[in-house]
Amino acid sequence: MMRLQGKDLSVSLGGRAILDGLEFRLQAGEMLGLIGPNGAGKTTLLRLLAGLVEKQRGELEIDGEAAASVPLQERARRIAYLAQSGDAQWPLSVERIIALGRLPHLGNWQQPGELDEKLIRQVMRQTDVMAFRERAVNTLSGGERARVLLARALVTEPRVLLADEPVAALDLAHQLEVMALLRNYCAEGGAVVVVLHDLRLAAHYCHRLQLIHDGRTLADGTAQQVLSPDNLKQAFGIRLREDGGTLEQAFELPWELYLGPSPLDP
Amino acid sequence: MNSAVNIPYRNLIWLLTALVLLAATLSIFIGSNPVPILRAAREALSDTHSVIALILTEIRLPRTLIALVTGATLGVSGAAMQGLLRNPLASPGLIGSASGAALGAVVMLYFGFGSLFSLATPVGGVVGALSATLLVYLLAGRQAGTLTLILAGVAINSLALAMISLLLNLAPSPYAVREIVLWMLGSIANHSMDDFRILLPGVLLGWLMLIGTGRSLDALTLGEETATTMGVRLHHLRWRIFLAVALSVGSAVSITGSIGFVGLVVPHMLRPFVGFQPSRLLLASGLGGALLLLLADIATRLFPAGTDIKVGVLTSMVGAPFFLYLIIKSRRYQL
Repeated sequence: MMRLQGKDLSVSLGGRAILDGLEFRLQAGEMLGLIGPNGAGKTTLLRLLAGLVEKQRGELEIDGEAAASVPLQERARRIAYLAQSGDAQWPLSVERIIALGRLPHLGNWQQPGELDEKLIRQVMRQTDVMAFRERAVNTLSGGERARVLLARALVTEPRVLLADEPVAALDLAHQLEVMALLRNYCAEGGAVVVVLHDLRLAAHYCHRLQLIHDGRTLADGTAQQVLSPDNLKQAFGIRLREDGGTLEQAFELPWELYLGPSPLDP
Repeated sequence: MNSAVNIPYRNLIWLLTALVLLAATLSIFIGSNPVPILRAAREALSDTHSVIALILTEIRLPRTLIALVTGATLGVSGAAMQGLLRNPLASPGLIGSASGAALGAVVMLYFGFGSLFSLATPVGGVVGALSATLLVYLLAGRQAGTLTLILAGVAINSLALAMISLLLNLAPSPYAVREIVLWMLGSIANHSMDDFRILLPGVLLGWLMLIGTGRSLDALTLGEETATTMGVRLHHLRWRIFLAVALSVGSAVSITGSIGFVGLVVPHMLRPFVGFQPSRLLLASGLGGALLLLLADIATRLFPAGTDIKVGVLTSMVGAPFFLYLIIKSRRYQL
C-alpha cells in the first residue's frame, strides 16, 4: 500500500492553476526528490500533501484512506511538514522547540514521558544540535536553526516526512549529514518527500526523482531517467557545457564527510 | 527581555499565588477607615449587622474579589491573545472586547438604564463585547491572517470609540456625561457583592474555555501553518479564545470600566520567567494580573483622602511608561 497516493491533483491559487492534473505516489522506505525550476509548483504540492492547501480536483490518499477522512490529529502523527523558512515566534530553548514535535502524540494534559525524552535526545544527537540545546532558538545561525526545525519534525516519528528545501541554509558538511539522515530515516521504514534545488544532492541521495514543470510532472523515475538533456533544457533552461564532461559526471557528488584520519590512510 | 530566567515553573506559580494571597489580605485590611477586621469577620459571620461588618462584606470584600478576578482575567486573556496572534503587542482589547464592552455599557448609561436596573450596564457590556468580537471575526473572514485580524480589531475599536464620543457629545445631561466618563476611567471601588456575583459567571465561563488551549498555543510558536500540520485546528482555536476573551473581559470591564495595560504588560513581564512557553504563560499571567490589579487598587487608597484616583487611570499611568521601558530595553537586542 502506498503511504501517499494522489491522482489528478489540481490546485489553483488566485485564479491561476498552480498544479494541473498531477499524479503522485510515495511508498514506505522511499526517498522522493521533488525537483523543478522556481514557481513550478513543488512547494504547493508539498503543502497539498501536508493538508495546507485545498485541491480543486483529484484524489489524495494517505495509507489507502481518503485524506479528508483522516482526523487532523492522526494526520499530524503520520505526516510531518518542515516548512521552507521556518521560524519561531518566541525565543524558546532549542530543547523545548524540539519537544513540540511530540505534541501530536500526547493527550491534552499528558506530559512527555521517559520514552519521549529518550527519543528527543536521540534525535538531537542525530541532527547535531546537542551542543546548543539550551540556547534560545533566535540566537542560532540559519544552519543551526534549520537542523533544530528538522529535529522537531523527526521527533514526531512520522510515517511520511515532507521537507521543503531542508538543506538550503546549511554548509556542505551539514548538507551531507542531513541528506544521509533523511536517507537513513527511509531505511528505517519512514518515507521522505524532499524539495531540492541541488540536482547533485537529489541525484545522489534520492531513490526516485519527480521533475515538476508548470504544475505538471515532466518526468518521474531514477536520476538517470529524469535528468536527461531534453528535460534539463525544457524545465530548467540549462544544458551541459561543451567541455563539461559527461552528464553522469556532472551529477556525481564530489564530496563526502571527512570523519578524521582513517587507520587505512597511508 | 530576551533571555529566559531559570526558575522552576512550579516554584514560580507558588510564589505568585502566595503574593496574590498576601495582596488580597492587604486589600482587605487597608482602607480609609481603620477597621478591626477580625472582629468585623466574627460579626459578619454571626449575622450582626454592625457597621464594621458591613464595611467588610459590602465594601472591602467585593472590592478585593473584583480586583482579583478582573486582574486575573486581563492577565490570562492578554497571554492567550499574544500567543494566538503570535504578537507581543496584542492585548485583550485588540479584538474589540474592551471597547465593545465600553460602548455597550455607555449605551445603557446614556439611556439611563444603568440607574433603573443594576443588571443593565453589565449586560450591555457583555453584549457589546461579544458583538464587537463577532464583528471583528466576520470582518476578517475565516481564513484571515494575523495582520488582517489585527487590522479588523483596530477598525472595530475605532468605530466603538467614535460611537462613545458621539454618545458623550449628544448626552442629555451633564449628569449622564459625568456618569459615563467616571465609568470609563475604570474603578474597582464602590461595588457590591451583587456586582461580583454578576461578573462571576461570564468570567468563569471564559476561564474554562481557555483551559486546554496551552498546547495549541505552544505549537503556534512555530507558525500557523506548521501548527496546522501538528494537528491544531486554527479557526476553532481562534473562535474559542475570542469568545473566551469577549465573555470574561466583557463581564469584568462592564463592572469595573476600562482598565488599561494590565493585559499587555503582565504577559510581557512574566514571559522570560516561564522560558517563553505560551502554555505556561497562561496561569502565570492570570496570577500576575490579579497581583498587579490588587496592588494598583491598594495604591489608589494610599492617596490623601479626597483625592479619588481611579485604578484604571493608575494602571495606565504606570503601565504606559513601563511599556516604553520594555521597548527601549528590547531595542538593544535588535541592533
